[in-house]
Amino acid sequence: MQARLRAEIALELADDELILGWRNSEWTGIAPFLEEDVAFSSIAQNEIGHARALYELAARDLGDGRDADALAFDRAPHEYRCAPLVQLRLVPDWARTVARHVLYEAADAVRIAALKEHPDAELAGIAAKIEREEAYHRLHAEMWLERLREEERFAAALEELWPFALGILDAELRPALAERFARPEVDAVERAAPGAEFAELWDEMTVVRRSAPVGAQW
Amino acid sequence: MDARTQEFLEYVQSGGQVETDDWMPDEYRARLIKFIEMHGNSELMGVLPERDWILRAPTLQRKLALTAKIQDEVGHCQLIYRVVEDLGKPRERCLDDLLSGKSKFHNVFHYPTKSWGDVGVIAWLVDAAAIISQKALLKCSYAPYARVMKKVCWEESFHILHGRDTVLAMVTGTPEQFELVQEALNRWWTPLMHFHGTPIPAEEDPMFVWRIKSQSNEDARQQFLDGYVPQIRELGLEIPDPQLRKDEATGRWLYTEPDWEELKAVVTGHGPASEERLAFRRLSRAEVDWASKIVLAEAA
Amino acid sequence: MPDRIWEVFRQERKGQAFVHGGSFHAPDRAFAEAYAREFYARRQESVALWVVPRDEILAIEEFPDEFDLKYRRVDGYSIKGRLREARARAGTAQG
Repeated sequence: MQARLRAEIALELADDELILGWRNSEWTGIAPFLEEDVAFSSIAQNEIGHARALYELAARDLGDGRDADALAFDRAPHEYRCAPLVQLRLVPDWARTVARHVLYEAADAVRIAALKEHPDAELAGIAAKIEREEAYHRLHAEMWLERLREEERFAAALEELWPFALGILDAELRPALAERFARPEVDAVERAAPGAEFAELWDEMTVVRRSAPVGAQW
Repeated sequence: MDARTQEFLEYVQSGGQVETDDWMPDEYRARLIKFIEMHGNSELMGVLPERDWILRAPTLQRKLALTAKIQDEVGHCQLIYRVVEDLGKPRERCLDDLLSGKSKFHNVFHYPTKSWGDVGVIAWLVDAAAIISQKALLKCSYAPYARVMKKVCWEESFHILHGRDTVLAMVTGTPEQFELVQEALNRWWTPLMHFHGTPIPAEEDPMFVWRIKSQSNEDARQQFLDGYVPQIRELGLEIPDPQLRKDEATGRWLYTEPDWEELKAVVTGHGPASEERLAFRRLSRAEVDWASKIVLAEAA
Repeated sequence: MPDRIWEVFRQERKGQAFVHGGSFHAPDRAFAEAYAREFYARRQESVALWVVPRDEILAIEEFPDEFDLKYRRVDGYSIKGRLREARARAGTAQG
């Protein structure tokens, strides 16, 4: 397949995983209790690991001298393709955080299952690896879903974030997600150029990196 | 001291190991809880200076390594508080006492972090100082704690490497990056010299007498200086103590005597970042307490 | 379900004994599995884990040893004297 096209698929997925991993790492040290803190941190690390593998693929395809770190950190804010769902700052709201976790893992499962069938072997291969790791994320999300199901604030969060979850997926995959949650396919919050909340995130994410010239080692 | 306590003292001093359900003198149990609780508190508070830098890490590798390091520390806190719980003090009460200022945590976690230079210096040198203490604790007379220390020491080994690698990247980078490290070292040197505590002789240190600690504070500090002063200097970094030198005759390091009153003030909550950090923790705990109570509901 | 303490036994390499690793809080098996994986295998440091609620463990710490039952142990035997005599009789005494 065209390298450019593959790079675009990889970048969109990588940006989602990087920013979600970034948001999830905001819980480090302040999760509801210690055991959960450790578990949630692994999930954040896995997401960043997925992002890294995908950025490496995209970097090779783009072949313009940029490496994975350059793609992750050196683009301008408007160049990122992450979905609105992952950009939301949810700390210190655990109910909304778990709701996003449940919804994202489900949406990602649909997306990754499709990507596993992609004619490009390398992309399909990374998808398979991601799927194997995210099986544990889904188990984690489900165990929390069981516990918080009856909570008013959790139900409200699922309701609020549902349109955002649909926005993770391309249009043709949304019915599958709707079926999984037995919810109607409403108007999604679509991907768009990231706004002010993202600009703030990007600012903090790149503050150290920008303090040295491009290409400096860290 | 009554005969039973005397017998216990001789037992631990000759290498005897104590398990959770063994009889132990009240003084031993009380000192044990206080010491181990402070260690748990420190692992938890240690997360705060570093966690912001996860978000600002300048490469994916550094982001992952720093996240993993802090994850380890949270995990260590969990393991250490479990030891305290099995000695009779529930984790929630440990957290209550930490957040109310009633119990203490190590000096180094009362200081602010200002740059990525701090991240490297902390992961390398603060963790190095900590590992020296933790290795000595492998011989703690209280066996459940000694066993936890085994896992802790094993996991900490990568922290120092990650820290040193982070520092090395900067000292071989731009002049500004080198300066970041030097400046951080200037600020962290005093806390590092305070880290192992006052030079109280081992025989006068109740922690040593009961074999909770197996090394004197000064021996630990000397071990740190022996190991790390050469490593710091070989990078071209300057240690901000003009008196610091090794006396070749005695093999002991000489240095400017730290201000021990300052250490006392810091650990009793008057460090530059003490109150801010405790306030942040209180707020975080209040925000998520509902979720903790749902999952870890008390047994009926 | 209420909070329980769970104990973890880990096997570092195939063929080795399971050794106690530590304990944590969890309300049920799903949480216990998630946390056991995190605490004792996130670095692939274990090939297998046994996770069990602490209150399911039967701990035994007192064992009567009232009468001389050394006949069942190696230290209950001292064969030097008889061995010397047997060798002497057979003319095979060692120098």
